[in-house]
Amino acid sequence: MPDRKRRLKILLLHMILLPTLIYTLSFFSLAPKSWTGVDEAVVEKVAKEHGREAKPPLINTEQGDLLLFIFLLGGAVGGFAGGYCWRMLVSEKKAPPQNTKDKP
Amino acid sequence: MKRYVIISFLAVAAPAHAMHISEGILPLGWATLWFALAVPFVALGCRELKRLSQVDLAMKPLVGLLAAVVFIISCMPIPVPTAGTCSHPCGTAISAILVGPFVSVLISTVALLIQALVMAHGGLTTLGADIVSMGIVGSFAGYGTFKGLRRFGASLGVAAFCAGVLTDWATYMTTSLELATGIRGSEPFLPLFTKIMIAFIPTQLPLGLLEGAMTAGMVTLLARKRPDLLVRMRLMKQQEIADARS
Repeated sequence: MPDRKRRLKILLLHMILLPTLIYTLSFFSLAPKSWTGVDEAVVEKVAKEHGREAKPPLINTEQGDLLLFIFLLGGAVGGFAGGYCWRMLVSEKKAPPQNTKDKP
Repeated sequence: MKRYVIISFLAVAAPAHAMHISEGILPLGWATLWFALAVPFVALGCRELKRLSQVDLAMKPLVGLLAAVVFIISCMPIPVPTAGTCSHPCGTAISAILVGPFVSVLISTVALLIQALVMAHGGLTTLGADIVSMGIVGSFAGYGTFKGLRRFGASLGVAAFCAGVLTDWATYMTTSLELATGIRGSEPFLPLFTKIMIAFIPTQLPLGLLEGAMTAGMVTLLARKRPDLLVRMRLMKQQEIADARS
């Protein structure tokens, strides 16, 4: 079936192209020493030269599942706000009812 | 192709630290001063958003969407082969062009606050400085450039490109200024400011151009697909759409 063949071709294309692109991009971001952010390469380096060092973040989200909890909290609040305002956002405002009574 | 690129970026996404000043780098006095400077702009942004959404309720979801765009763009690590470092564009040019500079300041504040809280991407004490550089200076530089060039008859694409480039460069110039004033101690200001700015150039020069191309791409795409949106934002006149179609 031509449709089935087409789908198979698309699937094969996905299977080849996607890992290739992921590999290419991860090559850039996983390089061990280089590709550091300019904050490290410039901001923190110059600050250190002048006696000021970066401190650990006030809220360290790398502790346990804190980050996961924050995402859960954010999702719950965002979901509630989205749901609460849903009708207001997606539905058109109804025009005020017109007075249908004919005036004499 | 677009799908591949998006999935690939998501798969290797890692926070890029760039113009965001980390916790503890700025002395308390300077950090407070930048906060004091940022607060009125954020307040005006809230007021402007309220005014705009009273006129058109669709503004709120659009602003929410732009906040997501700025959040993603401003923590998207992009390797710059000429410098061997990573940095990120700001994304404030597109938000300033579409919803105006004050609402763009508010959008940047939300994006920067979430990054500081959740990703330790920029400090909480230095949030004011980050809002000033990326939110205020970035937004106003982009908006001013876009409006100025359009007034002189530049096309949408050219004006948006220049706005994107100047937004990026102005943001990093302000970061250099904030850093130089904060850490200089008894040293003269100008040599340190120049030194930091020069250190940013190999990374931000190409990234600024990329941000310009990105902004121009987004604006021209909107002009093609949703010209009504640009007319509503007073970026285009109805006549221009009619001329383009004929």
